[in-house]
Amino acid sequence: MTDLISTVIAKYNYWIYITLMMIGLYAMIAKNNLVKKIVGMNIFQTAIILFYVSIGVKKGATIPILEHGHGPDAHHVVHAVDYINPLPHVLMLTAIVVGVATLGVALALAIRIYNNYNTLEEDEILAQIREK
Amino acid sequence: MNEQYPALLVVVPLLSALVVSIAGWVNKRLCFPVAVAALGMAAWSAVGLLLRVLDEGVIVYKLGGWSPPMGIAYYIDYLNGLVLPVVSIVALLNLIANKKGIEQQFPDKIGPFYTLYLLMVTGLLGIVVTGDAFNLYVLLEIAALTGYGLLAMGEERAPLATLNYLYMGTIGACFYLLGVGYLYIVTGSLNMVDIARLLPPLYQSNTVLAAFIICMVGVWLKMAFFPLHAWLPNAYTYANSAASSLIAPLVTKVMVYVMIRLMLTIFTTEFVFTTLALSDAVVWLAVIAIVMGAVLALAERNLKKMLTYIVVAEVGYMVGGAWLGNRDGMTGAILHIVNDALMTLCVFMVVGNIVYKVKGYAFEDLKGLFRKMPFTMGALVVGAMSIIGVPPTCGFFSKWYLIVGAISSGHYCFMAALIFSSLVSVVLFFRVFEICFYEPFSNHHGHDNHPGGMDEAPVSMVVPLLVVAVILILVGLYTGDIVNHVIQFAIPEAMV
Repeated sequence: MTDLISTVIAKYNYWIYITLMMIGLYAMIAKNNLVKKIVGMNIFQTAIILFYVSIGVKKGATIPILEHGHGPDAHHVVHAVDYINPLPHVLMLTAIVVGVATLGVALALAIRIYNNYNTLEEDEILAQIREK
Repeated sequence: MNEQYPALLVVVPLLSALVVSIAGWVNKRLCFPVAVAALGMAAWSAVGLLLRVLDEGVIVYKLGGWSPPMGIAYYIDYLNGLVLPVVSIVALLNLIANKKGIEQQFPDKIGPFYTLYLLMVTGLLGIVVTGDAFNLYVLLEIAALTGYGLLAMGEERAPLATLNYLYMGTIGACFYLLGVGYLYIVTGSLNMVDIARLLPPLYQSNTVLAAFIICMVGVWLKMAFFPLHAWLPNAYTYANSAASSLIAPLVTKVMVYVMIRLMLTIFTTEFVFTTLALSDAVVWLAVIAIVMGAVLALAERNLKKMLTYIVVAEVGYMVGGAWLGNRDGMTGAILHIVNDALMTLCVFMVVGNIVYKVKGYAFEDLKGLFRKMPFTMGALVVGAMSIIGVPPTCGFFSKWYLIVGAISSGHYCFMAALIFSSLVSVVLFFRVFEICFYEPFSNHHGHDNHPGGMDEAPVSMVVPLLVVAVILILVGLYTGDIVNHVIQFAIPEAMV
């Protein structure tokens, strides 16, 4: 039991992202309201962004700008341990943009659906489709 | 100039999308020529690239001069050298064919429509040309987001169907991104060739296994591999015909390409077929996909929806063929990417012509079409023969390779499923032909018995369709050359 707890605590960032992902997935599958589903989708995407951000982090490290990178003593050994890994963070800038764009398209579609059916509840929409 | 083909392929459609969106405000007539010129340029570059690959082998194009693994490289080998011309030519022919249809359906939205169309093609070409795993994700989302926009411009039910596609597509792309993240944790690289170089000592690692499975599930979701296909039929059926005849042939096929790229380049056949023991299970899934696709198609009374279920079954062909684990099966899968893109384009363009003239695609709308639209229906016959697999159309040859692969790997159930689905296709299409031969009842009332004249779609729609039909037969006749000069080199030698 203590083993389990210590594994969970040691890798808590992964547990958080998996929990968030499952919350998002649950909302997308189980919720009836289209906007709630879209919110679930956004939580799902954010979970993966947090996962990426967390894998770039190092304890005790600083932002990846070289200290004393200029000037006379510019040529010295760079300790990778002192700097966080910037690449996953940079990748996530793109993923955030993608997430925002997806959210925008999804909400635009929700507006179109609302104009067609005057509701955002999925069961009511399906009932209207069946009547036609 | 021909040094820059890989960049032109993506940059020209991307920038012309901007030009088209501005031209849409100035004068709507400018949009179409710009779009055609851009896609023509892309097709020219793609064919030029294929010729260069045939001539000098694999091309690595360093964007901005940054060499991999630090920079992003475009990586063109025999596999994507073959897929690129298919994607760009399908997009170009479909654009030309649908000019009238777009003007008829959205007279006010011509500019935005062409902009989305070009961005979509940019995304698809980028997915195929890139050699960077994360870059592939970004382009995947570009293609997907523009695809949602295109598909939602349709009938009343289109937005809801597209929103369902959006949920599933987003989950699929996120899974792929997560898998790439796992690969990044263990290798520290995003370049496909670099990852493949670093992976072999890690083949036993659980992280690599998780990365592979998560990537595969993501890609299967995007390609509508049964049972993850639920979003596809409605999204493609209710969309406008120009969008569905672009997206139905290309998106699923490009995703199959991504799967094969993952299997052959990133994870290599050694990991996929030797370390993992998943091959049998996936081939069985493919068998179920083919059978269910065929059965669900049989249940439809609506031409377009029937064709969407055929797309689902065809995805089963390609996934099954790729996972058979032998050379013939993989050859069949790659050849079927080409063939299926062309024949799906052919039948969906036929639907586009029918919708343009008849304003419907349910079976009862199709009566008397052989008399009214002989050229369109002639193309439908060629496309149908190709889907059924009648020589000399191209569908026969890829099916032949798939069946040979199934026999030599002992998956007789896969062979049976292929033959079953061909027989069901015979029923499906001959039922459509039968309906199209008979005249509507209204013509037989009283003395008004003389059949009306021809009422064919405009020349600009019929000619590209006939070109596609001729290409279907030509690709069939030149299958031997395609296999011996291109596909043979696309498959690693380790695969027997």
